[in-house]
Amino acid sequence: MTAVIRVELVKLVRRPRSWVSLALLCGLPVVVAVFVAVTHLAPPPGQGPALLSAVLSSGSLYPAAALAIVLPIFLPVAVAVVAGDSIAGEAGAGMLRYLVARPVGRARLLGAKLIALVVYVLVAVVLVAATAYVTGTLLFGSQPATVSNGGPSGGLSTSSVAATSLSGGGLTPAEVLIRTAGAIAFIGVSMLGVGAIALFLSTVTDSALGAALGALAALITSEVLVTLGAAASVNPYLPTRYWLAWVDFFRQPILWRNIDRGFAVQAVYVAVFLGAAWAHFATKDITS
Amino acid sequence: MIVTRSLTKRYGPVLAVDQVDLDVREGDRYGFLGPNGSGKTTLVRMLLGLVYATSGEIEVMGRPMPRRCAEVLPQIGALVEGPSSYGHLSGRTNLALIDAAGRAGARRTRRARIAEALERVGLSGVDNRPVKHYSLGMRQRLGLAAALLRAPRLLILDEPTNGLDPRGIREVRDLLSELNKAGTTVFMSSHQLTEVDQLCTRVGVIDQGRLVVQEELEVLRGPTGRVMVRSPDVDRAVAVLDGRVERVEGDMLLVEAADPAAVNLRLIAAGVRVSEFGPERRSLEDLVLAVTGAGSDRIEKGGDRGDQG
Repeated sequence: MTAVIRVELVKLVRRPRSWVSLALLCGLPVVVAVFVAVTHLAPPPGQGPALLSAVLSSGSLYPAAALAIVLPIFLPVAVAVVAGDSIAGEAGAGMLRYLVARPVGRARLLGAKLIALVVYVLVAVVLVAATAYVTGTLLFGSQPATVSNGGPSGGLSTSSVAATSLSGGGLTPAEVLIRTAGAIAFIGVSMLGVGAIALFLSTVTDSALGAALGALAALITSEVLVTLGAAASVNPYLPTRYWLAWVDFFRQPILWRNIDRGFAVQAVYVAVFLGAAWAHFATKDITS
Repeated sequence: MIVTRSLTKRYGPVLAVDQVDLDVREGDRYGFLGPNGSGKTTLVRMLLGLVYATSGEIEVMGRPMPRRCAEVLPQIGALVEGPSSYGHLSGRTNLALIDAAGRAGARRTRRARIAEALERVGLSGVDNRPVKHYSLGMRQRLGLAAALLRAPRLLILDEPTNGLDPRGIREVRDLLSELNKAGTTVFMSSHQLTEVDQLCTRVGVIDQGRLVVQEELEVLRGPTGRVMVRSPDVDRAVAVLDGRVERVEGDMLLVEAADPAAVNLRLIAAGVRVSEFGPERRSLEDLVLAVTGAGSDRIEKGGDRGDQG
């Protein structure tokens, strides 16, 4: 098993696309930071990415703000592309038949692809946070952070965070670090939910692009339904419903309600779609 | 080595492989022939556990497939529907990755095995350029090298000489007979009849999913009971062999004769010059064309033949 995982990681590392996507993910928050630092025009509370309005006072919050910047589109797109490519990409390159005939057991191959995906998601999220920390402390300084103590985050809207004043208690650097780690874990798991959907679609089609776009279509559908009052009955089960709950890590005290629900929803999505991916891939005729 | 019993594969309404009883023996050089879309590839994919049979049994090296594929497949080298590789990586890296991905590819010996496989297929001097810059022939050779990495007991090769020039074809043929002499069973599908003619000891012919012929090549190419005579003195030869000449084409005669030696003796005795003489044998081409229909890539008006998967 370890050999297959190592091979998948080597493939990921030697793929130029991995590096380009990581560079883009890390680059966007840097660009935003430069604009904000030069103009000192943070978006007013309630608008723009969560926490961005708070970073002018402390650069140590910028990792969280950076995650908020890449979370809505950039990160899910990158994850969907990598996950959608995992099986369908091998099929498209004509390598799937050679891997399975080598033999690499189908379950092993899927497992190794999943682990490579998890590694990619973690590296992406941690790298975004790390470069943002460097950018933030360089451009905004590293005074003790102040955080909001507003109500729970509501769905996609972050207004409840940003709308409150920044009058909350200060956070020590250690607290910021721990809370950022919590946010990274939460976002990582949320992205794994996207990845699981794309991985399942990747076993269904031989087109990597189709699998990635299918997963993104699912996310867009979810985001539309989350804001739709008429869809309130399915609201708590939508994959993107609790995506922004990680902002609650930066409240004093931490609001666990939506964080817990977010973890639970993603766990269900990951389990269901990985199960479906395994069931489909194990029994499928490989004709590519 | 490979035995299938009533092997059948149905894709929806299409019967791709229909009740095939394949029998490839150890040490065979087995040529698997058939028109395009006759079910060759589907059958090969079933042997490798890529496609699951609808019904019937497969036994490879005495073990049921695909149930025991973890034991069987490491001893098989395969080339299925053309070689594939990761275009942005070098040939060596591709081989290393494919070797590392499967089980039982000892890491210690990997470099040496890759070097040997590349040497065997004539790519020993290959540099580090990515495979996407390889020519068709180089890719084909690389695909063969991947099949040879584990010193397999059985080679399952689909169109092994595709994209190679005449010298390359010759090299691959020599390589395969050499491996076969060393004990490797070769099962290759092809529609290059000359290739099969020159290399194989047994042939199976599949048409519209059914195995229509499976026989030793020697038997199939058996004498037709006629003798081919070439002579500058055609008219005199016809006169001497009066009544038994079936056909005259230029300076060539086809003579019906149970005993070729007697014919030769009569010609010589009569002073007829003979420039060429030999028993006529059935050609593989005639045989294949006689037992198969048009391939699925030929689509005529009126649709008298459906597309077979």
